[in-house]
Amino acid sequence: MTSTTLTAEPKPARERPRSAERVSVLYDVPGPKARLRNTVLTVLVVLVALFAVYAMVSKLDEKNQLDAALWTPFLRGDVWVNLILPGLLNTLSAALVAAVIAVPFGFVFGIARLSEHSWIRVPAGAVVEVFRAIPLLMMIFAVMYGGSAVFGLTVTPFTAVVTGLVLYNGSVLAEIVRSGIQSVPRGQSEAALAIGLRKGQVMRMILLPQAVTAMMPAIVAQLVVLLKDTALGFIVSFEDLLNAGARVLPSNFNNIIPAVMVIAVVYIIINLIVGALATWLERRSRRSRRTAARPVAPADSVAAPGAPGGVAAPGMPGGVATGDD
Amino acid sequence: MQALIDEHRVILEAFWLTIRLTLASGFMALVLGTILAAMRVSPLPVLRAIGTAYVNIVRNTPLTLVIVFCGLGLGLVLDVSFSTSLSTNYLWLSIIGLSAYTAAFVCEAIRAGINTVPVGQAEAARAIGLTFMQNLRLIVLPQALRSVVAPLGNILIALTKNTTIAAAIGVGEASLTMKTLFEAHGDAVVPIFFGFAVAFLVLTLPTGLLFTWLSKRLAVIR
Repeated sequence: MTSTTLTAEPKPARERPRSAERVSVLYDVPGPKARLRNTVLTVLVVLVALFAVYAMVSKLDEKNQLDAALWTPFLRGDVWVNLILPGLLNTLSAALVAAVIAVPFGFVFGIARLSEHSWIRVPAGAVVEVFRAIPLLMMIFAVMYGGSAVFGLTVTPFTAVVTGLVLYNGSVLAEIVRSGIQSVPRGQSEAALAIGLRKGQVMRMILLPQAVTAMMPAIVAQLVVLLKDTALGFIVSFEDLLNAGARVLPSNFNNIIPAVMVIAVVYIIINLIVGALATWLERRSRRSRRTAARPVAPADSVAAPGAPGGVAAPGMPGGVATGDD
Repeated sequence: MQALIDEHRVILEAFWLTIRLTLASGFMALVLGTILAAMRVSPLPVLRAIGTAYVNIVRNTPLTLVIVFCGLGLGLVLDVSFSTSLSTNYLWLSIIGLSAYTAAFVCEAIRAGINTVPVGQAEAARAIGLTFMQNLRLIVLPQALRSVVAPLGNILIALTKNTTIAAAIGVGEASLTMKTLFEAHGDAVVPIFFGFAVAFLVLTLPTGLLFTWLSKRLAVIR
């Protein structure tokens, strides 16, 4: 990745890149001219960015969106305790309940798809494929209206959101579980069968312990998606965090733009925390010797078409998320 | 079943809107995502920082929030207007939200694609004196884009499903129409749901097949 040349003479030390400067194969180490050009361009970019910020701020100001009355509610404790935190609590509890049901759902269907019996494998595969292909919002609508129309039940928004999240994310998790189990080298289960373990024992004692280590980061990454998707509850009037920001606060203070911005920051912080957990787990499982399996790529994603040592973009994740909500 | 046949015009119109939303947002997301990816690998630390910040912020924000912000914030409060017709205006606002969100994922896919281009390609380009922009435009991006056709296809499928969230600001695409039909035909919820589910499969399955075929056809043989 460094820009060492094949010429006989090594570069003089002063021309080497300073360690702060990133070295990329896409461009040369800047010389005096390039450094000047980069400085000029940097100043230009900063100016354009500042102008964009100025344009936004003046537009907000023109519409009186910078009035203190719209922003000061966020400095009041009672606003947070009475209006925002109940929404956050609902979001987190929906996410938690959905995650607690979706993970076993994923394990059951992921393992069922690997069954030797076609009467288990085929229906499990159909369920997983269908629920992954239908938009989550349509499933939530179907649960809400179908529950009352077909079964005569009153379906609360909470139930509808959690059911939708379980069906969709459970199906995605099933695919993670399947690829996790398949990523354990075949020799492991062959050796286990050779020493006389039964199929169930092979799965329970040999494959799953190794697969879980390999797929833990992908599962946590999917839980971030699940947490984000709880915001769909807003559309069916579930009183979640987004509802607090886009309905409750504006109806009290008429401040939709400040409210949505603050709520967005809350979402981003929570997701970054869970995402950091996923990164930490991934690093841990990458160097783990408890498993023979390679880490599974996050599964709302596409396997990284990675040829190692390509034109470097540092810090690339193991897979590419598709933004599937 | 009768409800599906009676309402087939409404349903087809809703899916036509879903298709238009997908194509318009997909195109804008591809352009914006490519620019973001170029920013993230550029020699200027400022551009890299802006690109990284954009991707990290947008990827961790729920799409529903993005769309609600576009519809209510931009549309109602800031009076961003594309058309005198209210429904066309909300359509464009939801396209802005969808493409701004999807662009972050397109950017990351293209960056992964840049990673698959062998180092020698970029080094050779530099050796013959190409600048960063020439290197990216003529050598690296053409190869990178070919290698991410399949991931981009998956992003397009995800986008097709995500267009349903435009329902949050009242755009009458497939999911909102399904809800309206549920309310109008309370006795036919199950057939209506199956009809819409099958229609979605009809949209997404061929997209998946097309992009798998394209990715094989366009793959760079090394």
